[in-house]
Amino acid sequence: MNQSSVIAKVSENDQELQLTHLERVNNITPFVEKIKETNLYPLKSKDIKIMQTNVGKVCNMYCKHCHVNAGPHRTESMNLETMAQCLRVLADTDITTLDITGGAPELNPHLPWFIEEANKLRRRVMVRTNLTVLSQPEYTHLMELYARHNVELVSSLPYYRDKDTDKQRGQGVFETSIQILRDLNNLGYSQKQSPLKLNLVYNPGGAFLPPAQHSIEADFRKELRDRHGIVFNNLLTITNVPVGRFLTFLHQSGNLPRYMDKLAGAFNPLAADRVMCRDMISVGWEGQLYDCDFNQMLGLNCQPGHIREFDLAALQQRHIELHNHCYACTAGAGSSCGGATA
Amino acid sequence: METYYNPADLAKFATVGEESPELWKKFMSYYGEVFKDGALTSREKALIALAVAHVVQCPYCIEAYTEDSLEKGVNEEQMTEAIHVASAIRGGATLVHGVQMKNIIKKLGF
Ligand code: SF4
Ligand code: SF4
Repeated sequence: MNQSSVIAKVSENDQELQLTHLERVNNITPFVEKIKETNLYPLKSKDIKIMQTNVGKVCNMYCKHCHVNAGPHRTESMNLETMAQCLRVLADTDITTLDITGGAPELNPHLPWFIEEANKLRRRVMVRTNLTVLSQPEYTHLMELYARHNVELVSSLPYYRDKDTDKQRGQGVFETSIQILRDLNNLGYSQKQSPLKLNLVYNPGGAFLPPAQHSIEADFRKELRDRHGIVFNNLLTITNVPVGRFLTFLHQSGNLPRYMDKLAGAFNPLAADRVMCRDMISVGWEGQLYDCDFNQMLGLNCQPGHIREFDLAALQQRHIELHNHCYACTAGAGSSCGGATA
Repeated sequence: METYYNPADLAKFATVGEESPELWKKFMSYYGEVFKDGALTSREKALIALAVAHVVQCPYCIEAYTEDSLEKGVNEEQMTEAIHVASAIRGGATLVHGVQMKNIIKKLGF
């Protein structure tokens, strides 16, 4: 292992070091100060409608933009008991959506049970899949399970060309993703009159902002249909958040001050009002509670701090933990797990 | 090492307006209007700007419009084609002046 990969491993996993990198960016107004200029401070939760559950950091891929620092080297995976606690909260509240993320959620052995049980509660169930994991023989059957349970799929596909996608996610990823998208279309996903929804996610291939969602969506639709015969529901654009492996990239490539300046310069108060953490709660693989998946990776716990102590009224009153990475959610047209916000 | 072009200088662009603020204001408002979506999309305009930036060989503009093109969803292949257009026009414009050369040869020669 060379020197730089040693540094990468340390900084990706060290939450304090990540926060230090973010704090040390001194060419921008700290996010907390910026938000004070609006009437949004302290930023409070509104109504929790989504429970986003990170079922583990294990992944078959090792993408350059990953804020989770997921990969085949990780071992963290949510157990059955924690999933059962999440389901109890869903049963006891009006939270409408279970949004399952990772890592690759498919690599958690309890995923099928989790989906089936959430379905019995008649909740909207979403899975964030990287597609390629579904090409592995042990996991292909999950596509049918998804279809049977009307699971909404959100699949990352950074670009409509192989070169750009593979540069970010690994050699051959684009081609495999296309094969899986075709299989999903054949199962009814994104077909006219079918309830099965499949949304794709674009994220920039480096330290720059995403294009306007409607314009890049039109490109994806045309290119994927004309070249590969693939259809999808919507394309969501997501801004790369300076956390995890992407933060390491920014730091090591000397792009951190410039990128933060770009995000801060594009601060949009309307997007700040609509940040996703105001409508959601994020659950970590051990059951800890956070405002969002990014705060989860930075270890910024909320109070109450664990799913077994879940108190909807208290959490709906909570103040969101803000830091400089939040500028990614408020830049330009805004960014969330559901795409642009403003 | 000292060089004539320094990336940090781009941020000082506005200081050029200090001595004639009215002209500067007019230029900036014109500039802003030019790049808005119109009969051409702002993406098409970013690609034209990128091609022109290469012809005028302005490192500030090349940086600004490469980044702007990326942020408009343009890929490297498309950007490369745009600068080939710039190169073809530039090369073609050089060669077509050969007609002038030929005219002079004709005029002066036997
Ligand atoms: S971005 Fe997604 S697919 Fe890529 S390494 Fe991270 S969790 Fe895995
Ligand atoms: S990073 Fe998380 S906490 Fe910060 S604004 Fe975005 S969603 Fe909210």
